Parts: sequence; C-alpha cells; structure tokens
Amino acid sequence: MKSLKAVRTDSGLSIRVEPRALVVGVLLCVAALVVAVVLIGTGDFEIPATDVVSTLLGDGTTAHTFIVNDLRLPRVLVGLLVGAALGLAGAVFQSISRNPLGSPDIIGFGQGSTVGALTVIVLFQGSAATVAAGSLVGGLVTGVLIYLLAWKRGVHGYRLVLVGIGAAAVLTALNGYLLTKADLVDAARAYVWMAGSLDGRDWDQVWPLLGLCAVLVPLVLAYARPLRMLEMGDDVAYALGVRPERTRIVLMLSAVLLTASATAAAGPVSFVALTAPQLARRLTRSPGPNLVASLLMGAVLLIAADLAAQRAFGADVLPVGVLTGVLGGVYLLWLLVAERRAGRI
Amino acid sequence: MNRLIADDVTLGYDQRVIAERLSVEIPDNSFTVIVGPNACGKSTLLRALSRMLKPSHGRVLLDGQTIHAMPAKKVARTLGLLPQSSIAPDGITVGDLVARGRYPHQGLLRQWSAQDERVVRESMASTGVGELADRYVDELSGGQRQRVWIAMALAQQTPLLLLDEPTTYLDIQHQIDVLDLCAELHEEQGRTLVAVLHDLNHAARYATHLIALRDGAVIAEGAPAEIVTAELVEAVFGLPCQVISDPETGTPLVVPAARRGRTAVLRK
Repeated sequence: MKSLKAVRTDSGLSIRVEPRALVVGVLLCVAALVVAVVLIGTGDFEIPATDVVSTLLGDGTTAHTFIVNDLRLPRVLVGLLVGAALGLAGAVFQSISRNPLGSPDIIGFGQGSTVGALTVIVLFQGSAATVAAGSLVGGLVTGVLIYLLAWKRGVHGYRLVLVGIGAAAVLTALNGYLLTKADLVDAARAYVWMAGSLDGRDWDQVWPLLGLCAVLVPLVLAYARPLRMLEMGDDVAYALGVRPERTRIVLMLSAVLLTASATAAAGPVSFVALTAPQLARRLTRSPGPNLVASLLMGAVLLIAADLAAQRAFGADVLPVGVLTGVLGGVYLLWLLVAERRAGRI
Repeated sequence: MNRLIADDVTLGYDQRVIAERLSVEIPDNSFTVIVGPNACGKSTLLRALSRMLKPSHGRVLLDGQTIHAMPAKKVARTLGLLPQSSIAPDGITVGDLVARGRYPHQGLLRQWSAQDERVVRESMASTGVGELADRYVDELSGGQRQRVWIAMALAQQTPLLLLDEPTTYLDIQHQIDVLDLCAELHEEQGRTLVAVLHDLNHAARYATHLIALRDGAVIAEGAPAEIVTAELVEAVFGLPCQVISDPETGTPLVVPAARRGRTAVLRK
C-alpha cells in the first residue's frame, strides 16, 4: 500500500498525508501568491512586483499604498475568495453527483443567481448591494428547488445533473424574458453583471465573502471523510456508519451558499466550479473529492483568468467571466468527448 | 439472547408492505442464509437488519438495543454489510479501497493508525488480495473485485457481517470461491455471517442455519439437513423436486423435477 501514509504521535493521533497532494497544494499556494502580486501591479498605473510586495508589507509610498491597499488588493482578494468558493463548491457537487458535469454552473445555480440579480436590476432598479442580495436569494432558492425536484429517497447522480440542466434551461429562458422587459440602461447594466467581473470590487465585497468562507470552508472540510465514503454508494457509506442524507444536506447547502455568495460578489463567473476540481484531481492523482486542492485551484484559475483578461488583449480589458467562459467552454467540449470515449455518456 | 434480532417488524417501501409482523433471530456464531423466491422480502429483511430500512412497526435489536436509535458509527463497529450495489471510485487502488473499511474506527485526529494499517493488511491477506494492493480496482476481474469488497467489509472488524447476494454476477467458480471464503471467515474467525443467496443448493451446502421466506413470512428455519425437504421447496418456491444427498458434503441437494411434457416435445 504505497498510497497510504500518516504522521503518527505516541499519544495516538494519526493524520493522513498524501505527499503528492501536499506538494500540489504548496505549489498552488505559491502560484496564487505570484499571480496575485503580478495582478496587483497590473493596470493603468503599473507597479513593479518588488514595490507591490514592500507596499503589502506596509513599506510603500503614499501613492502606492492607496493604489495597492484601497484599489487593487480588495479586487484580488475578491477574486481569490470567489475562485476558492467556486472550486470547493464544484468539488462537493461533482463528488455528490459522481459526475464531472454535476457542477453548480452546469446545473442551474449560476442561472438562478442571475434571475435574482436581473429581477432586482430590471424590475426594481436596485443598488449594487441589493443586486448582490437578489443574486444570493436567487441562488439559494434555486438550490432548494433543485434539491426538492431531484429528491427521491435521496439525491444523487444523474437525477441531480438532469434536473439541474432542465432547471438551467428554464432559468435561462426566464433571464431572456427579464432582459426583454428592461429599458436600455438597465439592460446594459444587466449584461455587465451577467458577464461576471471583478471590476470595482472593494473591501465592502471582501468582508462578507471572507466571513462566509471562514464559516463554510472548515465546515465542508470537516465533512470530507464522510463525503469520500459516499462516493462508494449510499449502501456502503451507511454500512460504514455515515448518514448519507444528512451528510449530503449539510454539504449541498454549504456548497449552494458558497456558490451563491461567490456569484453575488462577482457575477456568474462560469466554468471555474466545473474545471477546478477536474484539474486538481489530475494533478494530485488521488481518488476522492480532493477538496483542498480544488479550492486552491479555483482561486488560482480565477485570478489567472483575470490577469489574462487584463493583459492578453491589448487595450481591450475583458471581464474575467468572458475569459473563463471561453476557456471553460473549450474544456467542457473536451470533457464531453473524453466521457464519450470512456463510454460514460 | 442472540445479538441480532428482528422483533415483530413490518417492512415496506412507501405504501407497499413487503413483510408484516415478521420475527427473526440470527443465531450467534452461525452462518445464516436467507432464501426464498424473488420478491419474498429477503433483501428487504437484510436491509432492515442492517438498519438501512426502518421498520414501520416493531424494531430491530442489536445487543438488546433498538438499532435505529444507536449512533451510526457504533453500529458500524459491530455490524458490517456488503451491499449489492457498491461503486469503486475512479482511479482507486485496492489498498485504498480496503482501507476505507476502517472508517468507523477513525476520527478527525485518528485517521490512519498503525492498527488500521495492520488490520487492512490482514483483511487483504485473508481474502487473498494482498498481492493486488497497488492495483486499480477497475482493472480487476469480477471475482477479484468481490474479494476486495469482502476485504473492505472485513477491515471493518465487525463480529456480525451481512452479505446481500454476494455471488450475483459471478461465474460459477467465483461463486464457489466466494462462498468458500465466507465459510472460512465463519469457521476460522468466528464471525456471525448472514447472507442472502439465490441458489438453494449453495445455501444448503454452506449455511449452518437456513431461513426460508415466502411473501414476507418465515416458512421454515433451522439446519439445512433438518428442514430442506421436497415439501418445503414446493411450499416456498412452488417447485416440484427431489431432495437427495449431496455426494460431496452429504447436505441436501435439490434436483428440480423434469417437466415431462416439455422434455417429451424436445425429444421428438
């Protein structure tokens, strides 16, 4: 048994370590830091990386301190948190549905959040904060509805994916209808929101998101072991002393909250939840939900996409959601082809 | 008093009642086999005994306590189950899968102790899959895979082990292989085994205690040599037959009666 290693103490504690997953985790953390520093330095006013670091350590000029701490750091932090939340939520949903397509952006949560946000924008011309609240409510209601629709002595597998895809179609139609009702100004605002962007995000978005993640991430990670057992089917998990439905409800609710709050903060940034867990899994080569690696991968993916969106297209600075959409779309096609070859669809 | 008892239970799904006011005791240290025709409620009974199905009336008792009121992990340290439907996660190795059987003995700060490692090794050795530890489960044959799942259930180290149709989907040589393994676990490790089996002859050969069910009721129970008769098989399965002595083991062997009309037509 090469794959199982643990750190043990004389007092009877033993913690499992997967060396490869550990290395991948450290590398992803380093990647996140590097991209974050470069991203903070990027913009109309370029700042060299060394100055960014010294400013972050409290040793910068007044101008740099203002640009870094007040303008760009919160944006990057929102990006990291949104990416991490989406990566983790994606890993949870893909594990529960035992299907790489079972991620929140495919099964209707993004669309549900959009319905909430568009309702506020189009029907009430609400403020940014109420748009975020609307999106949060939209995502949560969609999550509960999909759970109830997919429930038949427990929720799992294909039923969740199929019900979710159906819900996504209905919600997309609803969004189309809302847009036709909008006047020109509201419609423009709606489109910007729907693209998914980190533009103009400040500390007001950071704190609530950080607070939610501080509660939900440890909760989800504490359920990683029962989640791993659930991958062998409800009956096996039950026999091992896991309560399948309770585990699933706690995890799905947390994942829906994570997705909804990420979407409330940055709009529906597509495909991060879909791709991060799969990429993480290929790097760690470890069976099981790979929660920590997926979380880190999501964070790196999102800010790397934001960096590319600002740098790669010359003067045209794109919203990050457009870039993740393009990259994720290509990935989704590849995934469908690969799944087809493997005979799973 | 025996450790595992179904006391006056009514079992069913939603509104459909499968068994009404059924009482069954699993004799300690027995290899009990439950037989009966399709839809007689044998798997349902096993699900109830393993607390996956909650009776609408009556209760299942484990060591004198109502099993549904006990903490899930505590039950899982006493009672193991090898269900019919199990999924090997993508890319999992044999060693990793068998190690998951240790879950009820582990916790957040006790994830992989030296004892876990030892038990997993022993479980793989006693099921003959020790050599396969680093192989991927999806690469194995059906018979090997079933041994791996049994190894996982053994790693759980429960004195009671329930098996739901452990020989289904296997070739005849692997069926016998798995049943021999079960008999070994019963005799050498002294575990109480309860299995649902389709094949009456397998049941009669391997069981020390047989429970024959029909329409959710116990028609007969006891040692196969005492209860398996042509009348019982006819009553339980509706199958006319002869019961002779198994030339290998001396246990009852059921030989279905030839359908004279049909064989006559085939001979022409």
